Amino acid sequence: MDYSLANGKSGGEKMGEKKIEIKVDKLTKIFGRSPKDAVGLLEQGKTKDQILEETGMTVGVNQASFEVENGEVFVIMGLSGSGKSTLVRLLNRLIEPTSGEIWLGDKNVTAMNKEELRELRRKNMSMVFQQFALLPHKTILENAEYGLEIQKVDKNEREQKAKDALELVGLGGYLDKYPTELSGGMQQRVGLARALANDPTILLMDEAFSALDPLIRKDMQDELLDLQQSVHKTIVFITHDLDEALRIGDRIALMKDGVIVQIGTAEEILMDPANDYVERFVEDVDLSKVLTAGHVMKRAETVGVDRGPRVALQFMKDQGISTVYVIDKKRKLLGYITADQASEAVKEKKSIEDVLTRNIPSVSPDTLLIDLFEPMATAYAPLAVVDEEGRLKGIVVRGAVMGALAGNEENMSGNGVSS
Amino acid sequence: MDERFLPRLPLKSWVNEFVDFLKEYLQGFFGIVATVIETVTDWFVFVLQLGHPFVLIIVISLIAWWTAKWKVALFSFLGLWLINNLGYWEELTQTLSLILISVIISIIIGIPIGIWMSQKDAVRSVVTPILDFMQTMPAFVYLIPAVVFFGLGMVPGVIATVIFAMPPTVRLTDLGIRQVPAELIEAANAFGSTTGQRLTKVQIPLATPTIMAGINQSIMLSLSMVVIASLVGAPGLGTIVYRAVTQIKIGLGFEGGLSLVIIAMILDRISQGIKK
Repeated sequence: MDYSLANGKSGGEKMGEKKIEIKVDKLTKIFGRSPKDAVGLLEQGKTKDQILEETGMTVGVNQASFEVENGEVFVIMGLSGSGKSTLVRLLNRLIEPTSGEIWLGDKNVTAMNKEELRELRRKNMSMVFQQFALLPHKTILENAEYGLEIQKVDKNEREQKAKDALELVGLGGYLDKYPTELSGGMQQRVGLARALANDPTILLMDEAFSALDPLIRKDMQDELLDLQQSVHKTIVFITHDLDEALRIGDRIALMKDGVIVQIGTAEEILMDPANDYVERFVEDVDLSKVLTAGHVMKRAETVGVDRGPRVALQFMKDQGISTVYVIDKKRKLLGYITADQASEAVKEKKSIEDVLTRNIPSVSPDTLLIDLFEPMATAYAPLAVVDEEGRLKGIVVRGAVMGALAGNEENMSGNGVSS
Repeated sequence: MDERFLPRLPLKSWVNEFVDFLKEYLQGFFGIVATVIETVTDWFVFVLQLGHPFVLIIVISLIAWWTAKWKVALFSFLGLWLINNLGYWEELTQTLSLILISVIISIIIGIPIGIWMSQKDAVRSVVTPILDFMQTMPAFVYLIPAVVFFGLGMVPGVIATVIFAMPPTVRLTDLGIRQVPAELIEAANAFGSTTGQRLTKVQIPLATPTIMAGINQSIMLSLSMVVIASLVGAPGLGTIVYRAVTQIKIGLGFEGGLSLVIIAMILDRISQGIKK
């Protein structure tokens, strides 16, 4: 399953209707003795290196501005030292911003006092950490309860909420174990459950899967996306891994030297890099792991199963093709019929249903190109692309796959999954 | 060489004046401290001498069994039986009382100071040199003002023991709390903990093994003060050793010393056992 481009697209289309959850305006962090002075230099357009040279101060985040929509997975991606981890900590003020503003709806996070900030961290924003940061002296259940415990939630209630959260991440059977008894992947599920138990509106995930080995990481990404279907949190996800960003991000912000260089959907970033830096970043992306059947599929020529074989034959003649897909009234794919089969049916006075080839290979629109190679190699006809209800959405021909992998946009259907 | 740029600083008389000042204005306070320590120590001695020596021997052996291993319990039994057999039971109870009260005071004062130090670097930079002073200033030096303030007997012995034995508890409390991984502190903050919640739910529980190591060190150091405490009249096994030294009685000295070693080993194993 791949959500990246599909989700990015649908997110983009609905952008106008969605509520803005987090609005960040010119957020800046400078580490050093008199950081306020350096803000002016940044506004004059000086770079991180110039400021380091002139003042000895380090720019962590340079005037970052972005908006995160409600229910969106917003990925901030950059290499180490790009300021992405600083940026996420500015959002809940684990690191105090030097200048700029953070708005949560009509609440100004940058202007909050200690108590308001504590309340924000307890109720609105929960964080998941790269090294899990579980408390080794507490059981899994107690760890998941932590956020509620410090809010002085009644013991029974918080236990129930923590259990529900652990159940949600698939750890219902490990309540009394200690963190060290669990694998890395499981520990991070506890980290996620701890964050979810508070039922925050926003999840901040700081390289949450980076410490896990690649296979587990992929599982966790899928699970996060599955989970997101049911919990609908606004997620700010930090990563240095472009593949991860492309897989899970509805939108991606690319950072370099504390500056956000581009914000866009995965597709926008891949196909239209804002500058050389982004281009260099994305040139090594294996497109076969990013693009899906939905992106390269063509319109399929179809004929209703209730039509006679003569109609099918005539249609094929008109279109100059030798095969046509057979669908029922609900556009559900039944199989295909060749010109030979159609004329045989005409001769023997059979219906299309009697002669069509059934059980033809089909894939879902979300199938990655890399997973299409094998079925394509063994199939006689183009692969049919069907949705969950079995309705025919299109077909994939070999040429289009090759073209898309070569970066040729003409071979992209351009509209991804029709949703 | 006699030429001085500055006249000799009258440090000596400053200290004398300071001690006189304390004696004059804090007499009442010292009186209360002395009474409290005296009462508690007397009560400890009374309780420890309550039953037949073998009652206490068995109780301590059982505690050793419970906190450590059966080998430690057996050693405790045989060791304490030996001390009783040598006829030093009364001295043993007095020494145990001295150590108990000193360690309790060290914990009551030391752990809060250690926690405070761990939270504020400014406090740490003030407290650290004081701790250095307490540990390295020869015990005899502060034994003199202790006698001036508290007279002879158990109380100045306890005070001197606390001064020498408390620093490890303070230092290791501070260290233990500072050693809690930064990411756990960050997580505690990210979920909206107050400073108190972060301390009681994250930092102190994780620092406990280190704090216990500090307490164990305080126990060991207070045992090493037993002989010095006896110089100002604190009764106990130290008195036996002190008498043996002044009268050059080699055998007596060995018996007193061996008794102290036995108690030290028992208390060490028990306090390490509690840690686990």
